Amino acid sequence: MERIPIIRMGRCLLVTIQVDMYDQLAMTLQHDLTEQIARQGSEGVLLDISALEVVDSFIGRMIANTAAMARVLGADTVLVGMQPAVAITLVELGLSLPGIITARNVEMGMALLDRVATSRS
Amino acid sequence: MLSISPLVSPTGSSTDFRQLLIQQRREVLDAWVEEQLKQGRVESLPAAELREQCDQFLSLLAGPANSDSILDVNDPAWMPARAFLADLSRSRARLGFSPSETASFVFALKRPLFALLRREFSGNAQQLADQTWLATELLDQLGLLTMEEYQRGREEVIRSQQHEMLELSTPVLMLWDGVLALPLIGTLDSARTQIVMETLLQRIVETGAQIAIIDITGVPTVDTMTAQHLLKTVTATRLMGAECIISGIRPQIAATIVHLGVDLGVVTTKATLADAFRVALSRSGRTVTHGSSDISE
Repeated sequence: MERIPIIRMGRCLLVTIQVDMYDQLAMTLQHDLTEQIARQGSEGVLLDISALEVVDSFIGRMIANTAAMARVLGADTVLVGMQPAVAITLVELGLSLPGIITARNVEMGMALLDRVATSRS
Repeated sequence: MLSISPLVSPTGSSTDFRQLLIQQRREVLDAWVEEQLKQGRVESLPAAELREQCDQFLSLLAGPANSDSILDVNDPAWMPARAFLADLSRSRARLGFSPSETASFVFALKRPLFALLRREFSGNAQQLADQTWLATELLDQLGLLTMEEYQRGREEVIRSQQHEMLELSTPVLMLWDGVLALPLIGTLDSARTQIVMETLLQRIVETGAQIAIIDITGVPTVDTMTAQHLLKTVTATRLMGAECIISGIRPQIAATIVHLGVDLGVVTTKATLADAFRVALSRSGRTVTHGSSDISE
């Protein structure tokens, strides 16, 4: 079964979505990610969706839920590289993803995660 | 459907008022042009051009010889006349003629035509009534057609103006490295917001900007819809990982926003573009200082 790889970088997890998301894939990712956070005690998740061209309400909700779950498990989620079309779609769907930190690219996202982690500890 | 049998003249040949038009063309044409000039509604049109148009229309009016189709202007036989009227109405609409000025082109023909009919059929009340009815029915239909085409011409003008306005309305400026500004001028409706949002987000991707300032100094009124549109743009910008500041909020607009109960919530708002720019600079870790001037030395 196809899986989206989750890369461990120090205290953070890096997830880069390079393929079109479909529902099953998103659910698998959510499961894997929460497992990893719990097992490794990660403090941050960097979700790179710059290659994601299309979203629907389900994927949008999955992103929001995954971030909320990560938060409960003690990890902040930074969403990076969202495409304009995806942003407009999410807004039109009413999914403004409150509470999720966003950044333009992975570099800025990493810096943000560091800052958030330092301010918390 | 009204059906009036073609008139049978004493000589036995079928005739109706249009044959009279052909026979007395010159006289009708003169009277028609004069009538229009008298009504004073075509002043901006050269008399020669008007006469030319009238002349052409008279030829087309006499065109469909088959009397059966005379009352059905949708008949293919009327195609050239319809096309001519459509052209005429549209060009007049573009030239800024009023609706009545445009419609009077056809309706002004009634008086000379009826005068002609009255003279020709003076001895025959039945024929006079029939032909008058036929003529008035036909001219009314053509008049309505003129109005429809006029309307269509006006709508084209409006559409093209709207299009031009949309093109004019969305410049995204680069104020500083990583700081974009979007000065909005004019009313924000859904179609425009969509374009504004797309342009802004696209520019954020292209420039990698982290802060965008939306300046609404030029937006005359803010209602709930406009506020909603603005909030959508701000949210979309945030989702893309950039920040959005709204500036240029005049006191009246601030009052409106509060009275409407619109919650601008987490959005940073500033009174002037300068304030917003200062915030943007400090957020990106820059400070502005007065440099020492070397001019005096």
